[in-house]
Amino acid sequence: MKTSLYTSLQRKIIGITLVVSFAPLIILAVTMYYQFAKTCKNKTEEQIEYRALAQAESVDLFLKERIAILSAMADTHTFNEMIDEENLSNIFNVMNSRAGAFVDLGVIDSAGMQRVYVGPYNLKGLNYYDQPWFADVMSKGVFLSDVYMGFRKLPHFIIAVRRNENNKSWILRATIDPNILEGIVRQAQIGSTGDAYLLSKEGIFQTNPRFKGLILSQSNLNTSLFGRRVTVVELENNEGRKLLYAGSWLKNSKWLLIINQEPAEMMQSLFAVRNVEITIIVFGFLAIIMTTIFTTHLAVSQLQQSDATMQELNAQLVQSDKLAAIGKMAAGVAHEINNPLNVILQKTGWMEDLLEEEDIKKSENLEEFQTSVQKIEEHVERARKVVHNMLGFARKMEPHLENVDINDTINQTITILENYARTNNIEIQADLSGKLPIIASDQAQLQQVFLNLLTNAIDAIGKEGLVEIKSRRLDSRICISIKDDGPGIPAEKQKNVFDPFFTTKETGKGTGLGLSVSYNIIEKMGGKIRLKSQVGKGTIFTVEVPIVAPERK
Amino acid sequence: MDRFKILIVDDYTFYLESIVKRLEVRKLDVTGVTSGEAAIDLFKKQPFDVVLLDIKMPGGVDGIETLRKIKKIRPFTEVILITAYASVETSTEGMKQGAFDYLLKPVRLEELLSMVIAALEKKSKHDKKISGAMIQDLKRQTGSTSSWEE
Repeated sequence: MKTSLYTSLQRKIIGITLVVSFAPLIILAVTMYYQFAKTCKNKTEEQIEYRALAQAESVDLFLKERIAILSAMADTHTFNEMIDEENLSNIFNVMNSRAGAFVDLGVIDSAGMQRVYVGPYNLKGLNYYDQPWFADVMSKGVFLSDVYMGFRKLPHFIIAVRRNENNKSWILRATIDPNILEGIVRQAQIGSTGDAYLLSKEGIFQTNPRFKGLILSQSNLNTSLFGRRVTVVELENNEGRKLLYAGSWLKNSKWLLIINQEPAEMMQSLFAVRNVEITIIVFGFLAIIMTTIFTTHLAVSQLQQSDATMQELNAQLVQSDKLAAIGKMAAGVAHEINNPLNVILQKTGWMEDLLEEEDIKKSENLEEFQTSVQKIEEHVERARKVVHNMLGFARKMEPHLENVDINDTINQTITILENYARTNNIEIQADLSGKLPIIASDQAQLQQVFLNLLTNAIDAIGKEGLVEIKSRRLDSRICISIKDDGPGIPAEKQKNVFDPFFTTKETGKGTGLGLSVSYNIIEKMGGKIRLKSQVGKGTIFTVEVPIVAPERK
Repeated sequence: MDRFKILIVDDYTFYLESIVKRLEVRKLDVTGVTSGEAAIDLFKKQPFDVVLLDIKMPGGVDGIETLRKIKKIRPFTEVILITAYASVETSTEGMKQGAFDYLLKPVRLEELLSMVIAALEKKSKHDKKISGAMIQDLKRQTGSTSSWEE
């Protein structure tokens, strides 16, 4: 019952402490995590955006270079120079050695006829007049195609430039190796999940993506999601995984450079931070739990201990109060019963005396009278014994001899009263001689005496003061003095202090038995209690106990 | 013949009148008073050999106080304390104040008489008026009565 009370108290304290300490920790951790996640995501987006932009610029630069070199060749050579196959082959070699990535080169006249061709395929003599790009290049001057299969059945794209010469136009046309373009684009892919590729306006792959899909197949990506500048969007891919897409249109606005990546991979640092955070929190939790349990256990067990001490003290007080009450009651009952018994006894005694007179002796009923009187006396005697037994019960038992260390007994008594004194701002100073022998005495009774005297000293002071207790050896006696700096006892009251039921304390506070009981105890031990008091200065009670050597066993 | 003068102080009048009669029958000169004050007043006028004094009495002067005053007025008076409850402390205090001994109520006559005789024997050491013959006489008186008390 009692232990479960402490257990539930312990549980409550632990529970409250844990909730109070965990709540802010968890809130802090969650807030920190989300703040960090947000920053991390922003940074990731910024990074992917920057890479998309940079890579788009590289691709732009690559294409611009190719167009520029092609234009330069067209501008610096005449149609007649160009249609010389050997010449064109030279030019093709120069172009490839300067810039590279050209697969073939051809010259097309204004009628759409490929007049000369240098390259791996046999495309000479083909007529491009009906091809849509032909009209385009004739009107705009420069043309960059999407990737397509064409006559050669291989993905490729072309660049064509027009040259006007003497009112006649001709076209220099080159095929670019899409693998090289793909290589440039692929530089933007990072990690194990990152991808980079080019899309046409219609969402068709212009380079091979790293995963899922081939050049010229449909990417199913809505290119209109991406605006003029670099745009970052989060989309689900075909497999339902969330991916971060950054798209940047090239300068020619024909192609869209896409970089995608699983945000998870980009947020590795975030996860690292999260793991560190979780570790710290877990260790923090463990530390808090252990500390809480340890300190709570310590506090509760201390409380339990002090409660136990308090209970013991209470039990002692209750016991002495009970004894005092029984003693008082027994004394009262004895007084109230013994006096009538006394009257009865004397009256019957007188009747007995009278029965001796001559005329009554002659009465027939003399014997009856005598028997009745005797019976009354017998029963008075019986009642008397009962009352005396009751008084005997209430009185202190005879001393029970054991080995007693007076200083120990004093210290124990001080411990019992320490709290009581402290709450009244009273200091108890002990000055105990180290040379006291162990004596044969009754420890419980001695403790009762010290308890009574110390309690009286504390009560006499009331609030704030000093109680000094000294122990000394004087020849064959041990002398214990208890001194207080209370108000002192007036001379006319000093003679009464050892009387039973004499008390200067308020009604209900003292039984008036403490000093008389102490007196009785010490007297029975063959010792003495003395009192020295001066009004305004304080009181000293001196107890002298004879040194009785303990029996050797 | 001179009889021993006994003073009984007790506020219980029923007891007082019976014990006075019973002791008178036994050839003692007995006076009974019901308060300490009355006893002290009486003492100022005349001496008594033995006083039977109740310790606890209502009113201003209790048994111990009466004892002290009696001892002050006539120090060689022997006082036997009679108490209805066995308060060792008070009895001890009484003994310190010079009481001869104490008895517990209810008082058995033979006990009382033997204690009175013992007190008289003690007193005879200081009091030339009390002779051994007188005490022997009293012993015989009470001895004869005790035979029919049993």
